[in-house]
Amino acid sequence: MHEPYAYFEHGADVGIVGRGRSIEQAFEHAAVAVFALMTRTDEVRPQQSMAIEFEEADIELALVAWLNRLLGEARSRALVFGRFQLRRHGSHWSGAAQGEPWRENLERGVEVKGATLTALAVTQQDGVWEARCVVDV
Amino acid sequence: MDLARLKEINPWCYALAPLPGEERAPVRLYANAELLRGMDAKVLEQIANVARLPGLVGAAMTMPDAHWGYGFPIGGVAAFDAEAGGIISAGGVGFDISCGIRCLRSNLDLPVIAPRLERLADQLFRSIPAGVGEEGKLKLSPAELDAVMRGGAQWALHHGYGEASDLDYIEERGCVAGAEPKAVSDLAKQRQRGEMGTLGSGNHYLEIQVVERIYDAQAAAAYGLAEGQVLVSIHCGSRGLGHQVGTDYLLTLAKAASRLGLHLPDRELACAPIRSPEGQQYLGAMNAAINIALANRQILTHLARAAFRAVLPDARLETLYDVSHNTCKAETHVVEGKPRLLYVHRKGATRAFGPGHAALPERYRAVGQPVIIGGSMGTGSWILAGNAEEQNGAYASASHGAGRAMSRHQALRKWNGRELIHELATNGILIRTRSMRGAAEEAPGAYKDVDMVAEATERAGLARRVALLRPKACVKG
Repeated sequence: MHEPYAYFEHGADVGIVGRGRSIEQAFEHAAVAVFALMTRTDEVRPQQSMAIEFEEADIELALVAWLNRLLGEARSRALVFGRFQLRRHGSHWSGAAQGEPWRENLERGVEVKGATLTALAVTQQDGVWEARCVVDV
Repeated sequence: MDLARLKEINPWCYALAPLPGEERAPVRLYANAELLRGMDAKVLEQIANVARLPGLVGAAMTMPDAHWGYGFPIGGVAAFDAEAGGIISAGGVGFDISCGIRCLRSNLDLPVIAPRLERLADQLFRSIPAGVGEEGKLKLSPAELDAVMRGGAQWALHHGYGEASDLDYIEERGCVAGAEPKAVSDLAKQRQRGEMGTLGSGNHYLEIQVVERIYDAQAAAAYGLAEGQVLVSIHCGSRGLGHQVGTDYLLTLAKAASRLGLHLPDRELACAPIRSPEGQQYLGAMNAAINIALANRQILTHLARAAFRAVLPDARLETLYDVSHNTCKAETHVVEGKPRLLYVHRKGATRAFGPGHAALPERYRAVGQPVIIGGSMGTGSWILAGNAEEQNGAYASASHGAGRAMSRHQALRKWNGRELIHELATNGILIRTRSMRGAAEEAPGAYKDVDMVAEATERAGLARRVALLRPKACVKG
């Protein structure tokens, strides 16, 4: 069994890892890793859904684009997301995220400013895809 | 960090020897051996990568508080000449564009605030939106944000935030030229809608401090500082807009570099020639984000003044100085006896103009610019004064903070937020935060020895120590 998401060490910021049976699932779990730095994602109610679409042929840059779109959309709508879905058709990516506005009794972690290209990698081993990068907090 | 490849120039400055066949500009590391040993080896790798970028003038440098960043190391300084094909790098500025410190001096002494410290901390915590998910009361439309991007702290002043004298003590009088709101994406503007006048989270804070010791009486007199005096420091940046500008241009410039045939040793260096369309767009967007940060700290200054007056009606808070850390600024520096216009990247580094510099306010011109080294919430912070460029070999740059000594995850394993806050309260330091996890990650023990960073900054000739500050209360994001 593989852990769906994990973290790795970085001096000032945080390394995140998402794993799954497909690239898309690994990206979904990477998104959980990012939002779990901000709150307990299992306590976020899926009250609002947000569609996300983007074009990116480079798989690694697509991870950064996906995470940064989620962070941008969440902040611009004052939402926090807890659930994520993603599909890929060639270089076209379409996904969704569900969440709710911040409320008083949601745990507050640390704000994630953006996903970086540092330690960026999307790899497959023993049938498990792993997507990782450092996020700036 | 293994010091085997370092050559001591003096005990406070080292050079990195090139590997066989390695072609790059020189690398200078300003620190003593103890600080260098504590740095991550990635700092060396990252600053060596910077030394390979086109158009670099002189050496790529790190400050005494350097640590592993993304692209450039935090504490990295590098200057590029546009006429020599020099680049501008989003990885050389960072996501939190113009993150910096506004320091305010008060007319209060410790005995005056001591009995009211709890009330002051509570009032500040109520008044200052802090932490992930917190919004400000000010909601700005995209058109209004365009005006903030052009006007910076001057916009804030004209809209009732702050005092006219504040502008004299902010870099570029609170407004950098060359801001281009059209180069800022709609998403960046949407991200900023509710974030003017907010502190953010992570290492951002608003802290009540007291001057514990004066080291340089002449500079302290010019800065209006005395032992026992209460100060307020606000550490924050350009919030969602700056983060999104960093995000947008990281990919834009990474792709531009590839298209333009710039072979980057690390994609995170994401850069383009300053004279290229992409370079000019980033420059315009980055300047717009700098102005957002300057306006943000101006609004927070206003909120802090109101909170102080609610508890102490006679309190006065004057801006001592406002410094930015994550920027690329066009400045003239003398190189080999000739003045050259350079684009100086400072990522996690402070500008430190020396005595006589024309950009300094009259009050500080004889002693040099105030340089503020922010500490952790439990130890101390420092105010230093900039040195002349004959002493400061780093394009008038200096340290910006203590610098992390341990990762956030290591800190989380080592400390419990609630226990840490209790322990600090026992030591007379009040913490107000919504995030126990954030408090643990920001534990004072997770940072380098700020006193050693300040000493190294002075011994390396970058700036000289003026005053040591101790924290009394801290609002953490």
